[in-house]
Amino acid sequence: MAYSARTRAIFENQINTLKDGGILKIERYIHSVQDAEIEVEFPPGAPLKKVINICANNYLGLSSHPAVVKAAHEGLDARGYGMSSVRFICGTQDIHKELEEKVSKFLGTEDTILFPSCMDANAGVFEAILTEEDVMISDRLVHASLIDGIRLCKAMTDSFKHSDMKHLEEKLILHADKRIKLVITDGVYSMDGDTAKLDEMVALCEKYDAMILVDESHASGFIGKTGRGTHEKYGVMGKIDLITTTFGKGLGGASGGCVSGRKELVEMCRQKARPYLFSNTIAPPVVAGVISVLDTLSKTTERRDKLEKNANWWRQGLLDAGFILQPGDTPIVPVMLFDAKLSQDFAIDLFNEGVYAIGFFFPVVPQGKARIRTQISAAHEMHHLEKALAAFIKVGKKYDILGKSKKEIMEMYGA
Amino acid sequence: MDEIRDVVLEYVINEYMEDQDEELTYDTALISGGFVDSFSMVSLKRFLETRYKISLPDNRATPEAFDSVNKITELVMEFLAAKE
Repeated sequence: MAYSARTRAIFENQINTLKDGGILKIERYIHSVQDAEIEVEFPPGAPLKKVINICANNYLGLSSHPAVVKAAHEGLDARGYGMSSVRFICGTQDIHKELEEKVSKFLGTEDTILFPSCMDANAGVFEAILTEEDVMISDRLVHASLIDGIRLCKAMTDSFKHSDMKHLEEKLILHADKRIKLVITDGVYSMDGDTAKLDEMVALCEKYDAMILVDESHASGFIGKTGRGTHEKYGVMGKIDLITTTFGKGLGGASGGCVSGRKELVEMCRQKARPYLFSNTIAPPVVAGVISVLDTLSKTTERRDKLEKNANWWRQGLLDAGFILQPGDTPIVPVMLFDAKLSQDFAIDLFNEGVYAIGFFFPVVPQGKARIRTQISAAHEMHHLEKALAAFIKVGKKYDILGKSKKEIMEMYGA
Repeated sequence: MDEIRDVVLEYVINEYMEDQDEELTYDTALISGGFVDSFSMVSLKRFLETRYKISLPDNRATPEAFDSVNKITELVMEFLAAKE
């Protein structure tokens, strides 16, 4: 047997190390559709508990929306379950092209190519368009999938301090001799909920003849006045060379992603991006669901407006109660607890109060910056938010952290 | 040598330290310790090459060789000596 006892022990030891360090990831089983309230089995075997969900990327509340579910059913009936082929052999349907055109229109770009996920889009885009003669200059807090994509590309790498425009400018000057300079950023940073200063970044890119790529996964559908994204918020629609985004968050929540932008760059992805060439694209029912999402969002801003109102109320409520938040104006509202163990204990107490949230700590966030990341949805009604806020205040009082400074919290709970 | 060490230390502090309270010594593990992300090692390499008019081949400018101010200084000294 190739998988010998010795080999098994190697992996058992690694898993035990994670367990002993308290960083083993554990799934909670949800027995309902994804929504503002969900039924959760946790720990495994425990009776089902109905809780308010404030940790989903279900920003627009479309994951189980009847209109989206209906559209997916119709897509399933009309175009089947799967394609059993990659795009360029016999895996492209009319609805894939329709979705690509609708995404381009929605984002204000020249062209779009679908990927099985945004992780795949980010893994494939850099290698498809850049060579050893080029440089990629990324914000130091970009998403892990961008980091993986950068690693797969032969171009030179460099980085700038998070959101530090002076530092970015220094890097653009340093790499003036490169054939192509590509600046890489998230639109909305998922752990802190802050936005990239795209107006300043675009101005710098224009000044130093650089291109810009923005990952809009936590922005598409709800950031900006009509929900087009961070580029709309900062008034630079049409000036972003590459946008990558997902359909697995605000835009329906199922799966799939894309690269959208300058038509030559999209064509390069169609010719060379490996996740596009070597895996099936998005399944027909999901394509049909996303088309219906984009049709709805193009007609009305009702859901993103409700989301904005909910998020503002939530942020203000937590601030008034005396919690320390990461500053920002997105539906991602991180409640800072600083200490890793406190963030875990706090999340367990919230769950017992009927609120589902997750504590994040190093290495997902920097050392000493543990937090509960809350994510608000248009699916939340005021009674959900009121109940969740009451739970936060109750648990906050238990740990005596309301109105306390970072220093005071660290003195009480820090190692 | 001391002068090179201090120049490198100052550069590393300005380039990589987000939190000014954090203390950095000549022996702090920069890359394996999580202070310097490997993507931006290229800046450090380019800085050293320009400042000291040396050329560091990729097989010597490794994360291991750049892992502390002292190690970087040794590398620079070696290439400066070879130049003379």
